[in-house]
Amino acid sequence: MSEPGYNPSELLICSAARLMADNTTAFVGTGIPMLAAALAQKMHAPNLMTIFEFGGTGAILDDLPIAVGGRRTFHRALAAAGICDVIEAAQRGFVEYGFLGGAQIDPYGNLNSTVIGDHDHPKVRLPGSGGANDVGSQCWQTIAIMRHDRQRFVEKVDFVTTPGYLTGPGAREAAGLPPGTGPFRVVTNLAILGYHPETKRMQLVATQPGISLQQVQEATGFVLEAAGSVSENPEPSAEELHILREQVDREHFYI
Amino acid sequence: MRVIAEGRGPMLQPPDVNAFREWNRRKPKGLVDKRMSEGEAIRRFVHDGDYIGTELYGSVRAPMSLVRELIRQGRKGLRVAGQSVLEIDLLLGASMVTATDFTYIGLELYGVSNVLRREVDSGNLAQIVEWSNAGLAWRFKAAAMGVPFLPMRSMLGTDTFNYSAAKVVECPFTGDPIGLVPALILDAGLIHVHRADKYGNAQIDGISGFAYEMSRACRRLLLSTEQIVDTEVIRAKPDRTIIPYYLVDAVVEAPFGSHPGEMCYDYERDEPAIKEWVEASKTVEGTHAYLDRYVYGLAGHDAYLELIGKQRLAELQAMVPGRGHE
Repeated sequence: MSEPGYNPSELLICSAARLMADNTTAFVGTGIPMLAAALAQKMHAPNLMTIFEFGGTGAILDDLPIAVGGRRTFHRALAAAGICDVIEAAQRGFVEYGFLGGAQIDPYGNLNSTVIGDHDHPKVRLPGSGGANDVGSQCWQTIAIMRHDRQRFVEKVDFVTTPGYLTGPGAREAAGLPPGTGPFRVVTNLAILGYHPETKRMQLVATQPGISLQQVQEATGFVLEAAGSVSENPEPSAEELHILREQVDREHFYI
Repeated sequence: MRVIAEGRGPMLQPPDVNAFREWNRRKPKGLVDKRMSEGEAIRRFVHDGDYIGTELYGSVRAPMSLVRELIRQGRKGLRVAGQSVLEIDLLLGASMVTATDFTYIGLELYGVSNVLRREVDSGNLAQIVEWSNAGLAWRFKAAAMGVPFLPMRSMLGTDTFNYSAAKVVECPFTGDPIGLVPALILDAGLIHVHRADKYGNAQIDGISGFAYEMSRACRRLLLSTEQIVDTEVIRAKPDRTIIPYYLVDAVVEAPFGSHPGEMCYDYERDEPAIKEWVEASKTVEGTHAYLDRYVYGLAGHDAYLELIGKQRLAELQAMVPGRGHE
């Protein structure tokens, strides 16, 4: 079998970009979501309304943002406001998608970016919530982007930084989170995952090119819900890769 | 209101809005020339044990020259609002922080903060109370409104809430659970702006981050500014004033005050200089060597700019789109 003509980061970016629909509002965080949003704008979603947590709204991502408050997050934007304005817009129901990452994710899509180990005596202290908890609380649908292995996909995260479906059906609403919100997809280097409509546990939607169902399950530290049908996600196209390498990350910050 | 749940985190700074009113009553309301050196500003307005905050963050419009002066003078036992990249990182590197209301301290695309890990491991940073970004910004907003708390729908159901000092109550109007965050009133706030007059009326270009809220949540507010402008510049466009003079205690002129971070429309971030801290901070020795070179070994911001060099600073200006490419 020949080596694929792309690396795992490029696969993640292209897969995430395809989930970004034109004429929607989306919270975009540091790293892969920024690359995916820039790629989506240059492919199928020129009017993807990017929202950055420190106030940039509707930027055109000609230059790849490096920091979530940097000037590139409001380059030729429609508004340059502040953190309260944009998170309050999400709290009022204006933001459709939020993109998230984390060190750990559990079957209900709860994410940990705070500590590995005990909070007060951690094995590893991580950067913390930042805007992640707000995005996971307030956006209608969230999409997590992760590397896929058993250290990251765990039955129980060490710390719930950002809410997924918490402990299962109805838990978000019981906690006071806005009804009808929650995790939508998880994009990994092995698969695209979703959530079972009743149990709210993670299930397979598609495998990445050349990856078997068994490989996905083996890299997951919990049992994935059985899914009706599982498709294969198409490989990154030559056009996607060209735009990603030559336009989106031409300064080679990330890839 | 019935309290349904409470975070276990300690309240590092009580939301005493009456004391805040009394404090603000005593602040001068006249137009007083508040220009001073960064040395004088830090000496007069930031003390051991203070609860401080910085805005915006680390690589963007951050009050780096004031932070470096704070480290140069040294303060013990600071408590900080933990929303930052380089600025709190430097304070942690100098082991000056013992407690934080925390939302994010990291190095963005360069990953986790090395000094944060070390300060947690050593126990120097003894108290970390968790919040979300908006949770912390809304705490400033509550203080800015002069009320002891604000309701919000972030943090609910998570460990971020469990390790905060927030509460969940039954909403007296709807009966649904709603989160409450307490007002956060800073002893001292440090904000870097594009321009201000000598009285402290300030303008910011680009996104405002949480400058509006934080500037109104400070007992003492130290401004550093790229340039000091005539008050007529302020009066010509009063809608551009984000920080009015009466909030401000010190106005420090600091061109390139955000270096190695950026200042939108003025200069770009200095990537190699940021990477230098990322690399240096990986070890204790590297951290100390960095602080010796860029902080302790320099008299002040002028000497810092000299060390960075006029040519490099001009390059960072020329990198701004539409500038310097003629």
